[in-house]
Amino acid sequence: MDITTTYLGLPLRSPIVASASPMCDSIANIRRFEENGIGAVVLPSLFEEQLELEGQSVRADLSRGAESFPESLNYFPDLHNYNLGPDAYLELIHQAKEGVSIPVIASLNGISMGGWTRYARLIEQAGAAALELNIYDIVTDARHKGSRVEKDYCELVTEIKSGIHIPVAVKISRFFTAMANVAKQLDDAGADGLVLFNRFYQPDIDIDALEIVPSLTLSESSELRLRLHWVAILYENVCANMAVTGGVHTSRDVLKAMMAGAHVAMMTSAFFKNGIRHAKVVLHEMTQWMEEHEYESIRQMRGSMSRRAAPNPSAFDRANYLRVLSSYTLNPRRSTNDQISGTAETQ
Amino acid sequence: MSDDDLRSLINETLVRRHRRRGLSPDYPVLRGTAQNPDVFFQSREASNSFYRACPTIVQDVMDRFADRLGRSYRLFDYVGAPDADRVIVMMGSGCGAVEETIEHLHRCGEKVGLLKVRLFRPFAVDAFFSGIPKTVSSIAVLDRTKEPGSIGEPLYLDVIAAFHESCSLAQPLPRIIGGRYGLSSKEFTPAMAKSVFDELKKSAPKNHFTIGIQDDVTHTSLEYDPEFFTEHPDTVRAVLYGLGSDGTVGANKNSIKIIGKRPNTYAQGYFVYDSKKAGSVTVSHLRFGPRPIRSSYLISKANFVACHQFQFLERMNVLKTAEDGAIFLLNAPFSSAEAWNHLPKPMQENILRKRLNLYVIDAYKVARETGMGNRINTIMQTCFFAISGVLPREESIAAIKDAIRETYGKRGDAVVEKNFAAVDHTLEQLHKVSVPEQASSSLPILPSVPRQAPEFVRNVLGAMLAGQGDSLPVSAMPIDGTFLTGTSKWEKRNIAQEIPVWDEKLCIQCGKCVLVCPHAVIRAKVYDAARLAGAPPTFKSAKPQWRELESLRYTLQISPEDCTGCQLCVEICPVKSKSEAKHKAINMTPQEPLRKPESLNWDFFAALPDCDRGRLAHSHVKDVQLLEPLFEFSGARAGCGETPYIKLLTQLFGDRLLIANATGCSSIYGGNLPTTPYTVNQHGRGPAWSNSLFEDNAEFGLGMWLAADKRADYARILLARQASLLGDKFVQDLLTADQGSEAGIAAQRNRVLALKQRLASLDSPDAQNLAALADSLVRKSVWLVGGDGWAYDIGAGGLDHVLGSGANVNVLVLDTEVYSNTGGQMSKATPRAAVAKFAAGGKRTVKKDLALEAISYGSVYVARVAMGGNDTQTVKAFLEAEAYDGPSLIIAYSHCIAHGYDMAFGMQQQKAAVLSGYWPLMRYDPALRLQGKNPFQLDSRSPTMPLEKYAYQEARYSTLARSDPQTARELLALAQADVDRRWKVYSNYAESIETPNLADPEPVASAKDTSSRGETK
Repeated sequence: MDITTTYLGLPLRSPIVASASPMCDSIANIRRFEENGIGAVVLPSLFEEQLELEGQSVRADLSRGAESFPESLNYFPDLHNYNLGPDAYLELIHQAKEGVSIPVIASLNGISMGGWTRYARLIEQAGAAALELNIYDIVTDARHKGSRVEKDYCELVTEIKSGIHIPVAVKISRFFTAMANVAKQLDDAGADGLVLFNRFYQPDIDIDALEIVPSLTLSESSELRLRLHWVAILYENVCANMAVTGGVHTSRDVLKAMMAGAHVAMMTSAFFKNGIRHAKVVLHEMTQWMEEHEYESIRQMRGSMSRRAAPNPSAFDRANYLRVLSSYTLNPRRSTNDQISGTAETQ
Repeated sequence: MSDDDLRSLINETLVRRHRRRGLSPDYPVLRGTAQNPDVFFQSREASNSFYRACPTIVQDVMDRFADRLGRSYRLFDYVGAPDADRVIVMMGSGCGAVEETIEHLHRCGEKVGLLKVRLFRPFAVDAFFSGIPKTVSSIAVLDRTKEPGSIGEPLYLDVIAAFHESCSLAQPLPRIIGGRYGLSSKEFTPAMAKSVFDELKKSAPKNHFTIGIQDDVTHTSLEYDPEFFTEHPDTVRAVLYGLGSDGTVGANKNSIKIIGKRPNTYAQGYFVYDSKKAGSVTVSHLRFGPRPIRSSYLISKANFVACHQFQFLERMNVLKTAEDGAIFLLNAPFSSAEAWNHLPKPMQENILRKRLNLYVIDAYKVARETGMGNRINTIMQTCFFAISGVLPREESIAAIKDAIRETYGKRGDAVVEKNFAAVDHTLEQLHKVSVPEQASSSLPILPSVPRQAPEFVRNVLGAMLAGQGDSLPVSAMPIDGTFLTGTSKWEKRNIAQEIPVWDEKLCIQCGKCVLVCPHAVIRAKVYDAARLAGAPPTFKSAKPQWRELESLRYTLQISPEDCTGCQLCVEICPVKSKSEAKHKAINMTPQEPLRKPESLNWDFFAALPDCDRGRLAHSHVKDVQLLEPLFEFSGARAGCGETPYIKLLTQLFGDRLLIANATGCSSIYGGNLPTTPYTVNQHGRGPAWSNSLFEDNAEFGLGMWLAADKRADYARILLARQASLLGDKFVQDLLTADQGSEAGIAAQRNRVLALKQRLASLDSPDAQNLAALADSLVRKSVWLVGGDGWAYDIGAGGLDHVLGSGANVNVLVLDTEVYSNTGGQMSKATPRAAVAKFAAGGKRTVKKDLALEAISYGSVYVARVAMGGNDTQTVKAFLEAEAYDGPSLIIAYSHCIAHGYDMAFGMQQQKAAVLSGYWPLMRYDPALRLQGKNPFQLDSRSPTMPLEKYAYQEARYSTLARSDPQTARELLALAQADVDRRWKVYSNYAESIETPNLADPEPVASAKDTSSRGETK
């Protein structure tokens, strides 16, 4: 059974990729991913903003109260090195490259054009096989137009591509009015891959303490459908390889992603829940299913259920919504709440 | 000087011999014998030959040093005219000023000289005489010390003896006079040196003189002309005013390095700080020039003056030192066109009269625009280089950037980039102001203290506040170091950009903000509603949320001009608006627009009567807010974690409180001139406070207690003796009064008042003595206060002695876990894994458990408290400790700037310390044993948070995790194990340790009889 695939031009031994998460920030875990059959790992993101904030916070901590009172001109010994730059991250790339044979993909979240390009170059020099741009940006300014955001993203991709030689994937948000067009623009800008979709931290409200609580919940399989939907629509409309991320938990989820047209399926929440060994289980079940259904390879099934190839492509269009809605309405046993949640999920 | 240079001066053979003389069991000897009168004397004389050889050896090393490095020193170095008739003999840094004076006087044809003493003792008489010109006719010996009661100071006496022993009778001795100068770094200038030389010209010069002060009491001082000036005109002389927090000093040190690195350029810097830890003013004196700078004194004529804080202009004459035509750089929150109109009139006149070149920049605006927050140091430094002309502009800008890279490089690229941007942006925003021909302002320079302040505050403390302390004469000073308390309220510092504002509709009157306020600027009162008549228009009040006080009104008031803006109050406030969650019952608001109306409100509030203490439950935090604090507006840092405990102490026991204070932060904010924070209540009573030394505070406090105790004992004896005259029952009531409660103390005060009235009509010696001692019949509360540096380290032996003495004293340890006052050195209270000075790699050993140490006596009341962890437990511990008839020890977790985080979150961090089990709350009350109960009470719950979550909020832990993650991980694991182990030990104590035994001896080991016990506390 051939379960190999390619992603961003890199040959992978399996279509499962460990997506960017704290699980991938130690060389020991990365080795375990490799041992359990993962095709590639994406390292957790290097956040330019975080580096900047850490620098500022160390400066503030060390200088607070300094040069104010003659007997205490400062309060801390100079420790000479505070490891504040990207060095630790670059060292992780280097160690991972040396320590495993699967491709190691770095991830970057910048806040300035200069930062994006500078860190991208450093990441390439450190030996990353590819770079995933984690465009984690919440546009809160009501005057900032969507077209401007899209233009900025594309310029960023062009700029970074011109500065490095390793392939570049772009991890994007699902919140675009014209997703297909945005994907096409990024494709034209030179993105080698599109990672669909970013899952944002969603702040929660603590109604007792009246505070906003940052939280990140683990994904669920139900989240997969939105990704499948857009991969299926974009398949063969963009040259970039596509990765599904968010909601991939089981072998069936991986197979769905492949059939929709993705080159890889990325997982994290399932590993948090079941441990890294879960990768081996998923691969085993996937292979078994393929054998049972007489598939020869992943390549064979890729895009087989895309919008272009599916027997009922209209299911990917608005008609789907209407049909589901009517089926709910016609079913007298469902409660009102079920209808609402079911409808919302389908949307 | 390289290591090789240093090594070349050391004889390795001698070092090896020295090592061989060290104690070793391999070649054993014995030292430190107890010697009897038969041989001790001879032993002392046996070492004479070494003292005799010493000067020659020192000179030999000086010569070798000169051969190698070209800098030549003699045991006594003479400078000046070879045929001088007048010579000053002195040592130390003041020599620079004298040398500069000699050069100037030499040019005027005067024959004067200076003999610099390089080796004081052993005093080499021959070398001394070889330095003194034969032509000298009069000598002034200057000592930088005072030996009260001595004929003269040490160097003077040695010089006199040298002449008397060495000069033959035939040869007339020069006239030799001695004088004192420069005590505690008092200014010593060429003007003063000239005055000494002038004095030597006189036929009967003043001996035992002082120079640099005005002694209008014993008339020792010499007059001098402050206008006498010796500095070279091509020296750049810059005086820069800043705040400690704005980075001015750091930037100036940087500038000195930049300029000093250039060939043939000399640089000098001296930094003057005021005595406050919050909002402290710094004055930097910088000199740069093409020749060596010997001016060992502050700049009196500056050709560059900078004021980095616009608000200084309100009360300070920053142009005092500006010479004609000088450059004046001003950071103003205005454009260059508007700035002139905002200057006080005297300043405008000064600028016009001296024809100053005024430059203005809005540095805070530049800082905001370039992401520098409120750090203006780089911006103002750039301005200095751009307009002072000390270096070519381009070169200086490049040098600043190099320095930025060097200073901030290791703190991340972003910091460097932001600083670079600030430099570039500054040059665009710096403008020269074309000043009008006439002063147009009507703004005055305000007096340093209000006119209604008491005379001593106005004339003496006010002069010190205005930076005029040097001009105060001797007669202005108390003769025995005794100062008034309650003076900090006259110093309105206005250092907060934002102050808390009360929302009376939202407030639940819990009193937590009042409790945590480190500077006692938030206060609460309940009062009769009729008192509101005549209240200022914005004065707020609310219905009191006490059932028994509902007929009155409640006000929470902030003193706008005393607030430091720390925000502890806002962070501790538990109430949030239901319609806008970020809005609390107190909220930070810009101070400037509120200053006037809130000052009026504060004055009105201050005049309202305090609540009757007898109506309040002193163990309730809610009620404690209504107890008047007798510790206010100290110079402690904004957000200080120590002062809330001291304030609480004064709220609970202030009117009968004696404090022995160890040296440290608490002695600086507690007793540093000009103004002091301990104050008095409406009856004129309040804490009496004294500081002796760092190392003896426990014994010092024990002495205070003994004195108070003895006074009370004697008063009781006198009372008993005069019982028949005063009334037997009345005397019995006085002797047996129960003073265990506030009401009991009030009753005793009334009895003492009546006693004084009865005694007034009696004129026997006993009656007069009793009248003088009557107040001691009211129970006093003696507290020994200090930090961990005192209690855990330097004063540990004394503290142990006092705890073991059984004396009825209370100890409050403000545990910041480092020597805070001197900048964060490790103490035995420093926790494992934290970084401190002398523990740069993280402290490897565990923190001493002072509580367990004291508990081991069984007779000491012990409490560990953390106000942010449990304020009720804190208040309870203070009350119990004070009530306990024996030694009490409270160890108070005190967050500190040396922990490395924003102190606005100090109380939250205290809570985390408790939740993590790092700081378990406990009380050990020996009195409980007598009631058949376990004296050990664990007041906090099992840890619910890993130590890491608490620790890594603080830079003292997190910087190690950054710089050496492996070691940090190892130490943190050990520190977590420490926490776990201590929790187990404490839990065991709380659950089972001491089997209650009513037959146990009474816990207090005091030797005193029962009748006197409990009467003096």
